[in-house]
Amino acid sequence: MDVKYINPFLEGTLHVLKTMAFIDARPGKPFLKKDNAVGGDITGIIGIAGSVKGSFALSFSEKCILRIVSNMLGEDIVQVNRDIADAVGEITNMVSGAARQRLEAMGISLSAAIPTVVTGKGHTINHVLGGASIIIPFDTDHGSFVADVCMGKEAD
Amino acid sequence: MDKMGKVLIVDDFSTMRKVIRNLLKQLGYENIVEAEDGVVALDALKKEKIDFVISDWNMPNMTGLELLKRVRADGALSKTPFLMVTAESLKENIVEAVKEGVDNYIVKPFTADVLGEKISQIEKKYS
Repeated sequence: MDVKYINPFLEGTLHVLKTMAFIDARPGKPFLKKDNAVGGDITGIIGIAGSVKGSFALSFSEKCILRIVSNMLGEDIVQVNRDIADAVGEITNMVSGAARQRLEAMGISLSAAIPTVVTGKGHTINHVLGGASIIIPFDTDHGSFVADVCMGKEAD
Repeated sequence: MDKMGKVLIVDDFSTMRKVIRNLLKQLGYENIVEAEDGVVALDALKKEKIDFVISDWNMPNMTGLELLKRVRADGALSKTPFLMVTAESLKENIVEAVKEGVDNYIVKPFTADVLGEKISQIEKKYS
């Protein structure tokens, strides 16, 4: 997978969380993912198509997503519920949009599907391309999450 | 539209409807109703007087763009101020929405200041 796809998703993630939830996330060093486990307790995944195709996922620890959504809605949410799942879908959608905006500036025009959300400890996800993906780990004052990017041409 | 005007928020994500509702309240708007897609929104528009529509683009059943087209084609609703909120920033999408008569658009994510500015621009246009 070409590394040029990584920064737009990293920057998009930081921008969305800062604007919508007033949270400064700190990105760690990206690494190649070795299996289908994503590591978080709740994950949003969205398919992307255009001149290249692939999918993008955001996987949050429970503690982290509870704080993010509480900040977004201006009310304390203490357990993972339908609002949290809905919010994870919308955050994934917004980050995908912010990343695609940056990719469009690089001449890569893409559209996205409607996101789906997976919950549960130790869950796995399958990317559209089925190949290797890149994990960008993030840390916040309220717990961790990861962005999981799998983009490229179908033959990649 | 004064602050007493009725605003319709259309979005399939309940979180986004709540976020926009909270931002509108920060801006002083209290008379707010919601719809989860274009079909429900069109029904609400025909049943009650709505002064301003804030609609998402990508929704199941009926997209924001289709809702905009139906509103502009309906003699009784055609002058309703319409703000599109979208994660889509593709130029061709924006051009299409402008061609269909959208008054303004916001690319997600956005702040209360940006929402207030867009509403204010539309209000000036209709005053």
